[in-house]
Amino acid sequence: MEYLIHILIIAGIYTILSLSLNLIVGYTGLAALGHIAFACIGAYTSSLLALNFGISPWMGLIVGAILASILGAIVAYPSLRLKGDYLALATFGLGVIVYSIAKNWVSLTRGPMGLPGIPSFSIFGYQISNAWSYLILVLLFVFLTYIVIKNITNSPFGRILKGIREDEIASLAMGKNVNKHKLIVFIVGAFFAGIAGSLYAHYISFIDPSSFTVMESITVLLMVVFGGMASLKGSFVGAFLLVILPELLRFLGMPSSVAAPLRQMIYGLLLVILMIWRPQGLMGKYKFK
Amino acid sequence: MTMLQVQNLRKEFDGIKAVDDISFTIDENSIVALVGSNGSGKTTAFNLISGFMKPDEGKIFLAGKDITFLNPFRIARLGIGRTFQNIRLFPQISILDNVMLGLSYETGERFSAALLQTKRMKREEADNVKKAEELLDFVGLSEKRDSPAENLSHGQRKLLELARILALEPKIFLLDEPIAGLFPEAKRTMLGLIQALKKKGRTILFIEHDLNSVMDAAEKIIVLNYGKKIAEGTPQEIGQNKEVLKVYLGKESL
Repeated sequence: MEYLIHILIIAGIYTILSLSLNLIVGYTGLAALGHIAFACIGAYTSSLLALNFGISPWMGLIVGAILASILGAIVAYPSLRLKGDYLALATFGLGVIVYSIAKNWVSLTRGPMGLPGIPSFSIFGYQISNAWSYLILVLLFVFLTYIVIKNITNSPFGRILKGIREDEIASLAMGKNVNKHKLIVFIVGAFFAGIAGSLYAHYISFIDPSSFTVMESITVLLMVVFGGMASLKGSFVGAFLLVILPELLRFLGMPSSVAAPLRQMIYGLLLVILMIWRPQGLMGKYKFK
Repeated sequence: MTMLQVQNLRKEFDGIKAVDDISFTIDENSIVALVGSNGSGKTTAFNLISGFMKPDEGKIFLAGKDITFLNPFRIARLGIGRTFQNIRLFPQISILDNVMLGLSYETGERFSAALLQTKRMKREEADNVKKAEELLDFVGLSEKRDSPAENLSHGQRKLLELARILALEPKIFLLDEPIAGLFPEAKRTMLGLIQALKKKGRTILFIEHDLNSVMDAAEKIIVLNYGKKIAEGTPQEIGQNKEVLKVYLGKESL
């Protein structure tokens, strides 16, 4: 049972990541490959604040999310000039940079040794450390993310985002402030990714740079594409399926030394199959152009 | 009253003078055609006026206001609505939404309004749905309102692009080859719609490379050749202009 709840918590955290990345990639059509960098900022910020200064994880979560948003705004800057593949490369670069900082700034992050003993959240002196209560906490944040992104996309503002995805020049000709919208989308997406990172850190209680490799960004992107671009339900489906599927391998009795690389291969295979037969994903309405 | 004034506009690409010292004015509530063969600088002139390119020299005024170096979305908001030669729709979203992206909003497009799903936003949205439906009626596409724009035929795409630009309610319409590639009947429909716009008090500047098809439609014709303006006048004047005839027919009379 504990194990099942653990899977659900991880799936919930990935759902926050996939929902927020869907806003950037699925709705606005910006090819962003560095989403996990925002989660990394969120995770390290709230962990370091809690460990070094005894600051409440709640406060850390907010500060981490804000720092991630600031990084999001900085990333948005090249996105105002770069398009398609070039933006993908620039955001990929960001992912590598943030990972390298986490790995090499040893005096701050302890590098590959990681940060152990990260405290959990507490409400009125009650530690949210058992799995059930943490699951509820994560689900609350999943719900919050879902509502915010649903409201944003289900509005004239969201229609402009789709317009930018479909044709940026036509959007400008319709008097839409394309740059402002891109900036907001990156800030909001990064904010929630920061929250996801922080939730992860305080749950696992140990983080090291290996949780925030570029491969993780690609996993989140795969969740978005697999579930369906510009479909919020799809982001739930994508995150849950891609977290649960590899776990099933364990029940086939595979040792973890085989299961781990197999997981990556299954992801890769899924992506190839999807792009051939259903480029819009399971529940998506929009295709890559 | 002068709606649009273009002053000594110049634009070079790698030494090729795409637009070479062009000046003209467009009066309010008139239909003007910009005519010229391929590569004569018509579309470049449009790109300069709508702000998608910046001129090397010269100035552009919209209703007396200098708009030369403004961002294209600001120029659109100030009242220049343009269509594109190769038609730029929003292919994977519905026809109704395509038109609604042209409509102006006071509050609904703000992030805060979207986040809080304000009543005002929803009211405004309901009004805008009605406006968009009326525009789709006007161009005759209301039956297909929910299907994606990519399902439309070439002629219907041009009509949708027109409906979308109508939604923007610009002071002046810049239509880039609105009748090119259309069947004769669709051509008549489009020209009829342009006349209807003029009756509603709008100003229209449109590009066309076929001189004959603009003779009836336009009140004034501006002829470009290799980036230079070679003639400007009423259709009768242009029909008798020796330089125009030389460029178009290779001889000096019809």
